[in-house]
Amino acid sequence: MESPILKTVGLCAYFGQNCVLKNINLSIPRNRVTAIMGPSGCGKTTLIRCINRMHELVPDARVSGKIFLEGEDIYNMSPIILRRKVGMVFQKPNPFPTMNIYENVIAGYRLNGIKLSKDEQDRIVEDSLKKAALWDEVKNHVYRKGTFLSGGQQQRLCIARALAMNPEILLLDEPTSALDPKATSHIEELITNLKKDVTIVLVTHNIAQAARVSDFTAFLFLGELIEFGPSDRVFTVPEDKRTEEYLTGKFG
Amino acid sequence: MTKNRILVRILKDRIFLGFVLFFSLASIIPLFLIVFYIIKSGISAVNWQFLTHLPRPVGEAGGGISNAIVGTAILILISCLISVPLGIFAGIYLSENREGKLSYFTRLCVEILQGTPSIVIGIIAYLWIVVPMKTFSAFSGGVALGIMMLPLIVRTTEETLKLVPNTLKEASLALGVPYHQTILKVILPAGLSGILTGVLVSIARIAGETAPLLFTAFGSPFMNFNIFKPINALPLLIFNYATSPYSEWHTLAWGASFILVVFVLILNVIAKLVARKWKVQF
Amino acid sequence: MLKDKSGLLRVWGKFERSEFFFRKLLFFTALCMVILVVAIFLSLLLNSFPSLKKMGIGFVFGKTWDPVFNQFGALPFLIGTLLTSFLALLISIPFSLSISLFLGEYFTKGIFSSILKSAIELLAGIPSVIYGFWALFVLVPLVRTIQVKLGILPYGVGIFTASLVLAIMIIPYSAAIGREVIQLVPSDLKEAAFSLGATRFEVIRRIVLPYARSGIMAGILLALGRALGETMAVTMVIGNTNVIPRDIFSPANTMASVIANEFTEATGEIYLSALVEIGLLLFVVTTIINIIGRQIVKKMTIEV
Repeated sequence: MESPILKTVGLCAYFGQNCVLKNINLSIPRNRVTAIMGPSGCGKTTLIRCINRMHELVPDARVSGKIFLEGEDIYNMSPIILRRKVGMVFQKPNPFPTMNIYENVIAGYRLNGIKLSKDEQDRIVEDSLKKAALWDEVKNHVYRKGTFLSGGQQQRLCIARALAMNPEILLLDEPTSALDPKATSHIEELITNLKKDVTIVLVTHNIAQAARVSDFTAFLFLGELIEFGPSDRVFTVPEDKRTEEYLTGKFG
Repeated sequence: MTKNRILVRILKDRIFLGFVLFFSLASIIPLFLIVFYIIKSGISAVNWQFLTHLPRPVGEAGGGISNAIVGTAILILISCLISVPLGIFAGIYLSENREGKLSYFTRLCVEILQGTPSIVIGIIAYLWIVVPMKTFSAFSGGVALGIMMLPLIVRTTEETLKLVPNTLKEASLALGVPYHQTILKVILPAGLSGILTGVLVSIARIAGETAPLLFTAFGSPFMNFNIFKPINALPLLIFNYATSPYSEWHTLAWGASFILVVFVLILNVIAKLVARKWKVQF
Repeated sequence: MLKDKSGLLRVWGKFERSEFFFRKLLFFTALCMVILVVAIFLSLLLNSFPSLKKMGIGFVFGKTWDPVFNQFGALPFLIGTLLTSFLALLISIPFSLSISLFLGEYFTKGIFSSILKSAIELLAGIPSVIYGFWALFVLVPLVRTIQVKLGILPYGVGIFTASLVLAIMIIPYSAAIGREVIQLVPSDLKEAAFSLGATRFEVIRRIVLPYARSGIMAGILLALGRALGETMAVTMVIGNTNVIPRDIFSPANTMASVIANEFTEATGEIYLSALVEIGLLLFVVTTIINIIGRQIVKKMTIEV
């Protein structure tokens, strides 16, 4: 198997005195979809927010342990650079309301003051929207503000925006929990197509979705990594009793 | 409960409603009286000469309020230059730092500033600027008005930015956008309509202020573009002419009042329009 | 090894620097507000020293204000201010309370509500000097006729006239806050009373007003703060007389109006300093009243 793209070693996360992640040792395989699941409050959102160092934006938040992206300690690099390598899509679609679709997709570059020629920008916007399976629906409307888009389309716009930065990893924090079933299945299909270009880490509380879409699954419970392995094994013959109880719905 | 008792209670209820209606409507009678009086007395004075000529000494016909109009414009410009950047950034600080000692004291001081009588601000501008400069000036007047604008701008900026959802900030930061760009290019534009409304409303407020100008801008019969010299302003002119014994000057003052009230009204209408039309939906 | 914000200092690149400076800039502008207010207080205090030293606490009780003989007692103005403000408050309370009830209880939405709201906003937006101008030409002759009818000296100007125009000017302020707190009264309390057969009046009298009482008080307090500091309209109709007023029809001066009238004429260190000291008094009193008023409003809006 290839070397993992991301490794956490002894990762602990704190809000003040409260420890929410306890000694996580996780390896994320490249070009695969890894699902992180677990009951509410288990720390799965905190975990991915540690990966792109958004966790430390909360006052009183601390982290100990190490995280390596392609072998580099992410705490030895600027968080800004890191966040350009690791993209994130949030639970509720959040396109920038003052910008149109085109500007939203290219926002990562423009807001950073990175100068690109008009042709390059056009190319990036078209590529990203195509990868996010949104191009056909908006190609004649790219200069309109995104408010006319449906929830699912807005979320795909956010995915396109993240993809435009050509990240190595894409973190998805419950991306479909605010969407209807049709939009959800669009996004799930998208995820499966994207993994050949970018590694995907998907946080979800929807067990069926994790089973449908992911190649590997990590199960978190009360801040601890209980189990990690190929999805078809974890979902059929889980090793840990707690995993089994979660999968059979004994606790939410 | 006898029928009579109930009738008495219903009667009391109706009488009370009558009182409320009476007093409420009576409160706005002064409004109509004042507006009617301004229009009646003022509109006859307003013509092209009125707007473009300088004031003439008593006894000479004609004359206008051009220097007061220009003066008010210059004072508004100076006060905006001082208060808008300062106020907006302080408002950003407060919306980004909800808790904390400095936030607490800043909010307290903004409240104190808002309640400070305008004449006291005039004294301060006199002590800080007129005395060292040894002259009355438009600059000192602008500073006084700027200090008066600050609390409103800080408050509206803070309130507006608090309404911008946190997810917007996170989306920007997650893209690798540095903090200051996130604030300046994502958060501020999202709150622009509210902030602009606050600025317009502040301008409407200080455009009519007289007390802080009495010993700062001081007034002048000449047209003046030098901000380090005394300058005339609409409210100053109205005050000086209204309290004079000459009826021609009274007429001019009514005309100036008309212009001032129309100006304040237009600003308020524009502010409402901006608040509605430019509001960003999240 | 614990990694927190301080650990990042090792990795400072240009992004961290820009964030650092930007945050410091924001910090500094907020600090400016505090520095400004402290500087205002200190300036007023410092420039009052000559007068404070010469007259001490007697300043507040001194009855004579005579610049020619360098005698400065502020009592006439304190009394003038208190009389005009409290009289204005008294006159305005039925009006502002009615408006608060109108907008907060009877007509919370709809065309009547919008009309009254707009009218009140307009009233609040008219500049003070125009109020004074109008009062000078309309209220003063009116009061003069009343005084003639009552057989007293027809000054026209004086405490009464000033209180009248002041009352009109402060109505919007207490009305706005009153409306807010009345709307905050939980509807289930009112509905419980209605379902027991109470009339509107009874619900207002026994449920709404007692509940909103402290908020209404706060509104009145803030209106008082506004009245104390109001300068131009009062200056134009109060008669510019530096003696303790004998009755409410006497001409007088308030703290704000004596400053407005005499500041530019003040020659001599003590004279100017006495005026500044009056400004200091004004500043301190209005600050205290405003803070108390806003604290009450804040507590009310949090409790609900």
